[in-house]
Amino acid sequence: MSAGRLRRILVLHLAIVGALFAVQFFLPDYHHTNVARILVLATFAIGYNLLFGYTGLMSLGHAMFFAAGMYACGLCIYYFNVGAPGGFALGVVAGGTLAAVFGLVALRTSGVSFLIVTMMFGQACYLTLLYFNEITLGDQGFTLSSNLDALHRAGAGLAYSDPDVKYNAAWLVFTGAFLVSALIAASPIGRVLIAVRGNEERTRLLGYNTFAYKWLALCLSGAIAGAAGAAYAVLFSYVGASFASILYSIYPLLWTLLGGAGTTLGPLLGTGIMFYLIDITSGWTNAYLFVVGGSLLALVLWFPQGVMGAVRARWARWLP
Amino acid sequence: MSFGPHLFLAVLEGTVTAFVLALTALGLSLVFGVMRIVNVAHGEFFMLGAVLAWYCSTLISGSPLLGFALALVVAPLLVGALALLTDWSVLKRVDYNPESTIVATIGLLYIVQQLVLTVFGPEARPVAAPVYFRVSFPWFGYSGYKLIVAGLSASLLLATWYALSRTRLGLYMRATQQDYEIAQAFGVPVRNVYATVFALGAMLAAVAGVLIVPVQQAHYLMGLDPLLLSFIVVIIGGLGSLKGTVVAAFVIGLSDGIVSVFFSPTLAKILATLLVAAVLVVRPGGLFGDNRA
Repeated sequence: MSAGRLRRILVLHLAIVGALFAVQFFLPDYHHTNVARILVLATFAIGYNLLFGYTGLMSLGHAMFFAAGMYACGLCIYYFNVGAPGGFALGVVAGGTLAAVFGLVALRTSGVSFLIVTMMFGQACYLTLLYFNEITLGDQGFTLSSNLDALHRAGAGLAYSDPDVKYNAAWLVFTGAFLVSALIAASPIGRVLIAVRGNEERTRLLGYNTFAYKWLALCLSGAIAGAAGAAYAVLFSYVGASFASILYSIYPLLWTLLGGAGTTLGPLLGTGIMFYLIDITSGWTNAYLFVVGGSLLALVLWFPQGVMGAVRARWARWLP
Repeated sequence: MSFGPHLFLAVLEGTVTAFVLALTALGLSLVFGVMRIVNVAHGEFFMLGAVLAWYCSTLISGSPLLGFALALVVAPLLVGALALLTDWSVLKRVDYNPESTIVATIGLLYIVQQLVLTVFGPEARPVAAPVYFRVSFPWFGYSGYKLIVAGLSASLLLATWYALSRTRLGLYMRATQQDYEIAQAFGVPVRNVYATVFALGAMLAAVAGVLIVPVQQAHYLMGLDPLLLSFIVVIIGGLGSLKGTVVAAFVIGLSDGIVSVFFSPTLAKILATLLVAAVLVVRPGGLFGDNRA
């Protein structure tokens, strides 16, 4: 990759991160919280995009990694008072570890079998959360607000429910995942992942251990999804089994497709658009599943590239 | 009740589950075998069958038997028509691309779910069994209707087998499955075969839904469990292998029934998924699938 293109990519991504930091001073209260939530969910989508967009492996069970992060973090805070940073770290580890173990089994299959297996295990994880209800409190869910110590900064205690803390913590998590994904996309590893997506057989012929690359992508993807889940638990103070349901495996797919699979900006854009689409339509109907289902059908039929995919194809070939 | 009769009851329950599951999973497997696509909305076709059976039973409120007979005709026809519409308006347009089809059928899943939630409502509604009698064993009485379910499912499985192996349509299907292009070169109307198979798969699920609703009640989320179990069955049996599907349906159905009776239905599904993991480690292509890779 040429130095010029690399510099352009770097400037663009830093500018976006900077802009997201700056908007918090202008946003009205309602949108302030919304954008914080979008940032956390977009982190989930970024993890998904690494696997689906770049490596070409479609997963229908990503909610299990999100939930693994959320529950590892939430339960440890709830039972052992580990504190938010510790809980977050545990969440990342839990998402990554689950993905690593799951990958060893699931990556033995390919094509549609992989899809079915991911969906199946995602659902099994959801049922497991419900089955061990006494420990996980799965079907009712629980809140963390009383278990979190306040952040201490400049002598003042700041709760995680404070909007500014929430926004900036969400921004930090998002920025981390966003830059990691951009870095990977621009690195030689990213090129191999894209090669696997294009044609796995030929990539293997060139001497790459494609299983190892797919496994790496799955682990990273799971760890990022786990980070998003843990951040969600801490910042929005609710942990529940509904976050492990199939719908939460479909959301990152929808967000990524809408924003543009295999683009670094797509997940953020798709999450934002979809969030506000459901938010606006909920004003006149509560049938939000129509919006989800209809969007999926419309994307497949008329707009398979997604927003950033179209932008890249038409105007900016240099986008990663 | 002592252990022996308890186990007998569990095996009975498991057998009924197995037959219905075989019927549902066969639809999914047939569609995959011939068209190489996975229909994620398959469970919703099952649910639609159950919900339509409820509407039929309220339409003819006097006689449960007549309502049931009507449902057995109407539900598969309506669901089959919906499947044809889906095939024509969506699947054909994305050229049966596996990934696009999956995304599209997920979209369909949510649209159907929301539609039923809006029209039918969130509550579970019971449907009376068409016939009511108890088969009395020395230790307990057993619902006769459940045995009829098993019998009807078995005859439908046989009918499907007959259609596949003895009729022209079956020949077309097998030809398309083996080699799509050669079949076309020999004058098999491949596109029509696709549409027919997709509709047939949906109809099998709908019939299974009609059969199960007197035992289970109709609910807009009831499609998820059969979808999960069907997935488990086709993966264990080997994607695209009909024989594998039926064999695996019996393994999973029986174990599901037994674990459900002794422990809990949720645990049964978790264990079945772990069994899939074990099968994948030993034979990545499933028991009867293609393991050359």
